[in-house]
Amino acid sequence: MKLHEYQAKNLYAKYNIPIPKGRIATSASEARRLCEELGGKVVVKAQVLVSGRGKAGGVRLVKTPEEAEEVTTSILSMKIKDLPVRKVLVDEAISISKEIYLGITNDRAAQKPVLIACGAGGVDIEEVAQKTPGKIAKMEVDSLLGLRDYQIRDIELSIDLPRQFWRPFGEIIYALWKVYTDCDATMAEINPLVITADNHLVALDAKIVLDENALFRHPDLADLRDIDGEDWAETQGRKFGVSFVKMEGDIGCMVNGAGLAMATMDIISHFGGKPANFLDIGGGASSEKVASAIRLILADRNVKAILINVFGGITRCDEVAEGIVRACRDVASDVPMVVRLVGTNEDKARQILSGASLVYADSLVEGAKKAIDMVRKEDK
Amino acid sequence: MSILATNKVRLLVQGITGNEGLFHTQQMMAYNTNVVAGVSPGKGGDWVLDGKVPVFDTVKNAVEVTGANASVIFVPARYTADAIFEAVDGGMELVVCITEGVPVLDMMRVKEYLKGKTTRLIGPNCPGILTPGEVKIGIIPGNISLPGNIGVISRSGTLTYEVLYSLYKEKRGVSTCVGIGGDPVKGMNFVDVLELFEADAKTDAVVMIGEIGGNDEEMAAEFISRQMTKPVAAFIAGISAPPGKRMGHAGAIVEGRSGSAESKIEKLKSNGVKLADYPEQIATLI
Repeated sequence: MKLHEYQAKNLYAKYNIPIPKGRIATSASEARRLCEELGGKVVVKAQVLVSGRGKAGGVRLVKTPEEAEEVTTSILSMKIKDLPVRKVLVDEAISISKEIYLGITNDRAAQKPVLIACGAGGVDIEEVAQKTPGKIAKMEVDSLLGLRDYQIRDIELSIDLPRQFWRPFGEIIYALWKVYTDCDATMAEINPLVITADNHLVALDAKIVLDENALFRHPDLADLRDIDGEDWAETQGRKFGVSFVKMEGDIGCMVNGAGLAMATMDIISHFGGKPANFLDIGGGASSEKVASAIRLILADRNVKAILINVFGGITRCDEVAEGIVRACRDVASDVPMVVRLVGTNEDKARQILSGASLVYADSLVEGAKKAIDMVRKEDK
Repeated sequence: MSILATNKVRLLVQGITGNEGLFHTQQMMAYNTNVVAGVSPGKGGDWVLDGKVPVFDTVKNAVEVTGANASVIFVPARYTADAIFEAVDGGMELVVCITEGVPVLDMMRVKEYLKGKTTRLIGPNCPGILTPGEVKIGIIPGNISLPGNIGVISRSGTLTYEVLYSLYKEKRGVSTCVGIGGDPVKGMNFVDVLELFEADAKTDAVVMIGEIGGNDEEMAAEFISRQMTKPVAAFIAGISAPPGKRMGHAGAIVEGRSGSAESKIEKLKSNGVKLADYPEQIATLI
């Protein structure tokens, strides 16, 4: 689960990581008032749950309350990578003498948390990492031992941090480690962490992604979820307990299991079709869930055929069949369906579906080809 | 010989009184797997499945009484890390964790704890192990596979069944099928299992099923070209998947360009692995 910058900053502040003075605004007049309050130059920052807002024009430095109002009006009308901006953070402007990158994430290859730091922080950090990997300091951390003081010193030395900042910087690294472990984050980042003109350290930006699987330990953090700020499909998927990603094609897919769902999309593409979505109903799905999933697919007007591919193990084919029947009854739709059901209670499922106007397939290849043919007939 | 699981296993089921645990214990026993005990805190002293399997409160207790040497875990995600620690401390040689949704920080702690220990962990979020005709530890349907000489390793669940079924339809038999699970931090990975298949006298070829994310497949490709004499065929799912909307830079800095289906396919091909365009094609490649 992603948090907004302002939410992450509030969280960091609780761990004594210094952040700029600032508040959230949902209207231009509010932003204007905040600018007056903060007395002078401010930065207006779009709050969206995706990277790259700076380069999209969603972060602007303004000098007067009038300008703050104007800029906020324009930012609040923006879409950044398809996500509408509904809030801005108005932060006091800070004069910067140096930008540092600091982040902690899970390193899959090492199977450990890894601390990353770089003396050349800022928006181009990925380019720095690619072109001059030597400038990036990485430190794997033993999750049973925790981050040790000597590791912090190692990092400070390897990014050539002047000694006068070792102590405050060390405190910030340690605080970030605490945030990461206390909150079950999969990523916690400060980019940039700046040294100000008057030699203080301040976290100018904050990004944090929490482990969805650990939210049961953090009801307070789970409450921070911004449903308006997420992708529509993501919200719908969570509502029905399925995993759903919308794509550009015209063949809707419903599959059990993420790997098989991807393979189903791949096979459609392989034979020249275009999948309209990724949809995994998970293991042991009920007929109700299946019906919701089909409705979700049909909400996409581009869909001209649906391919249902279920390999029953924990999932029972008869439950899936009941769901298909229910969805067909509820939604008046003439979108044709190809169904391939194998495994647990397969025969029962065929019986349930015997009255429905469906096309059967015995294999995944056959199912994909039939769905593609249907779309081609539609197109003619 | 087959790898990891043979009919000599004395299996313990952690979380045996839950719905899933009970149902799959029944299925495993129907496949002639030697289930000797169950663990369910607070239910010690009970017997389940018509009095066939005794239930204990703790792993320690179950081991003392029954001599269990392997465990399969069905407990809810919030208790899973503890269940794995308990199994390791109970001296299990093999732990297969089926549970999905285990917090990644818990798994990173488990991985540190396993260092220097002899316990082998499969999973979490995996379908387990099937040695066709002999033994089943986990939830892989038993009726879609024949005994034979092909080793199967997979990061996926139902996609594994799809591949097993396509081998079955071509009457190609399997020595052992190992579902290692799709979580970012897990027990044994592709390389660990490939090593066992390479050394297994009963396995003549290996099928590997991977998917996008992480660099396990890339590491496997290197291992295959360096150390494997047996042929390997693979399918990688996700070539048509849209790129994820990433947040922050840390992931990109750590993983660089690896992780995409293209990167994995290219790396495997250049190291002599035959790649299938779709799952059903695999049977024709080995």
